[in-house]
Amino acid sequence: MNLPATSPQQPATSEIHIAIRSTRPQLSAELRELWEHRELFYFLAWRDIKVRYKQTVLGIAWAVLQPAMTMIVFTLFFGKLARVPSDGVAYPLFAYAGILPWTLMAAGVGASSGSVVGSPNLITKVYFPRMIIPGAAVLSGLVDFLIAAVGLALLMARYGGHVSWTLVGLVPVVGLILLLAAGVGGFLAAVNVKYRDVRYIVPFFMQLWMFATPVIYSASLVPARWRVFLALNPMASYIEAFRAVCFGRPLDWAGLGLSTLVTFAMVAVAVRAFRTVEQTFADYI
Amino acid sequence: MITVDHVTKQYTIGTVQARYGTLRDAVPNVMRAMTRRFRAGAASRRTVINALNDVSFRVRAGEAVGIIGRNGAGKSTLLKVLGRITQPTRGAIDLYGRVGSLLEVGTGFHPELSGRENVVLSGAILGMRRAEILRQFDAIVAFAEVERFIDTPVKFYSSGMYMRLAFAVAAHLQPEILLIDEVLAVGDSNFQKRCLGKMEEFRSIGRTVLFVSHNMASVVRLCQRVILMQDGAVVADGPADQVTRRYLQSGTGSPAERVWPDVAGAPGDGIARLHAVRIRDERGRIAPTIDIRKSFDVEVEYWALQTGTRPTVSIHFVNEEGITLLVSNDFNNRVWWRTPRGPGLVRCTCRLPGNFLAEGQLFIAAAVCSYNPDLVHALEYDVVSFQIVDRSEGDGVRGEYAGNWPGVVRPMLEWHVEPIPTAVAVFTTSDDVLS
Repeated sequence: MNLPATSPQQPATSEIHIAIRSTRPQLSAELRELWEHRELFYFLAWRDIKVRYKQTVLGIAWAVLQPAMTMIVFTLFFGKLARVPSDGVAYPLFAYAGILPWTLMAAGVGASSGSVVGSPNLITKVYFPRMIIPGAAVLSGLVDFLIAAVGLALLMARYGGHVSWTLVGLVPVVGLILLLAAGVGGFLAAVNVKYRDVRYIVPFFMQLWMFATPVIYSASLVPARWRVFLALNPMASYIEAFRAVCFGRPLDWAGLGLSTLVTFAMVAVAVRAFRTVEQTFADYI
Repeated sequence: MITVDHVTKQYTIGTVQARYGTLRDAVPNVMRAMTRRFRAGAASRRTVINALNDVSFRVRAGEAVGIIGRNGAGKSTLLKVLGRITQPTRGAIDLYGRVGSLLEVGTGFHPELSGRENVVLSGAILGMRRAEILRQFDAIVAFAEVERFIDTPVKFYSSGMYMRLAFAVAAHLQPEILLIDEVLAVGDSNFQKRCLGKMEEFRSIGRTVLFVSHNMASVVRLCQRVILMQDGAVVADGPADQVTRRYLQSGTGSPAERVWPDVAGAPGDGIARLHAVRIRDERGRIAPTIDIRKSFDVEVEYWALQTGTRPTVSIHFVNEEGITLLVSNDFNNRVWWRTPRGPGLVRCTCRLPGNFLAEGQLFIAAAVCSYNPDLVHALEYDVVSFQIVDRSEGDGVRGEYAGNWPGVVRPMLEWHVEPIPTAVAVFTTSDDVLS
């Protein structure tokens, strides 16, 4: 028999104390635990990415092909036929600079809203902070985004984007988009455990949201009196900001600030909703 | 150390059966809840069951405690509450130390990923740090004996390889408190032995083990202390041999008979439910000890609850090491084979010949199944147990030899012995050589 050499490192009379109560644990305790398990975000996201492109011929190239094909379709119908104005930027670049952040967001919400019900084998068998599951699902979209960003770089080179150090500004925008996706997706994931209607609502909801967001059109197309409502949609600000950075235009700081607030409020709502039901996940899945 | 203090876990039967609701159901529920608030005092119609009912116990560091009980006694729920998979309805639990729960083999494994990737992933999910996994990686692979296939997706693994790798990860978790549920029920006997060995080693270095099992033999081997559960409550807690004996005798007072007096409480489903299982010696008496030379009967009675169905009884003989010696099914009776059982009680008796099974303690698992489509109506482990004793005095298989006689069966086989006519010359030559 091939027993491994057990390191007889005697467990020091452990400081670890796990208290299981019938009441909900403190938020601070849960956040501390989330931090202790931070590596799991990475591992679960890594698993999702590994598995996503298994048994595909083109593999990870799909990450750039998908938005590229959408961009071509949009350019043909909206750019060439409908002649949607694109703020003086070539329509392919204009469209791609919207599709890219939108895809990050939509894929994040799609993956995370189904993530909890999609992992019964984990939830009924092992404990770790459940928020990691939707969190990792959002995070796994980031890799696709980074690969698809190669397409953006090519289009910027071809159609004259604003290549400068200011592109660093994309990082916080992407961070906010991820946060928003985690907020919306995490909330839906929690609701989905008990009400599977979510699965049918999400695609429709995402489609509506896309039309309410300046992805294929420019925010300047929206009449001024409706702009206020557009500002309540954080994705509108983020995509506008994303484009502004890519094209070297001034940022709408007020709109961005409001959207950031909305995003954090959404995350707070999601965390609250998630914590209310997470203890019962194993009973419903 | 573990302290469990008045823990109750309730399930609402409606919720459990419905699995999950839809918003459409929720709307009337909300309305009903509102009207109920107006009609204060109206009793709730939902049935609440206590999967755990006021359970309290303490486990000291370094103790190995077995948890036994019939199906539905609350063993697995207890482990799920301890493992923080589900929350208790009432009560408090305190665990001092890092907890590793092994509620299944292969938690977090993904079939598309390679063995290497799964070790890392599963390790992380079970609570290991990345650095820890990498440090133990070689030991894990060596324990699982899958070095050659470590970069192959696990979906191509044989079930044995898969099991070994999955257990190896868990075995290297090194938690201070280990919760294990029925892991040993799977895998071949060699694998089971290794798992047991690993768990013994674990206990010997002062870790705490909580072990849920149907396998009395491994419980007795691994644990000094056993907790017996029944209907969600702890009914016995004490030395392993005493509690297991009590468990096997529960019901009728004899480990060789078990009876479920009413249909509603009997294990089974809408087609068939077990009524009784008995061991009868050759003279028809219920007997916990059987003479190895004599034949005996295993009698299973069940209620066939519908017309036109063909449930069949199967019995499993399991020895003290947890090895299933044989399985037999009443469809071997060719007359009854295709005959539908009417509603009512059915008795199936299986005759085991004398001079067949070796001496030792045997446990019977009884099942009622249908085939085509294959359905398990009832399945109960350790229903009855009995001892086969070898009191032969020269007339048994072992003759007059009184020492250890290995083997799981001890059949009286036919031997033919005869002298072979040989040329005398052979002996003379060898004599010459020797001299």
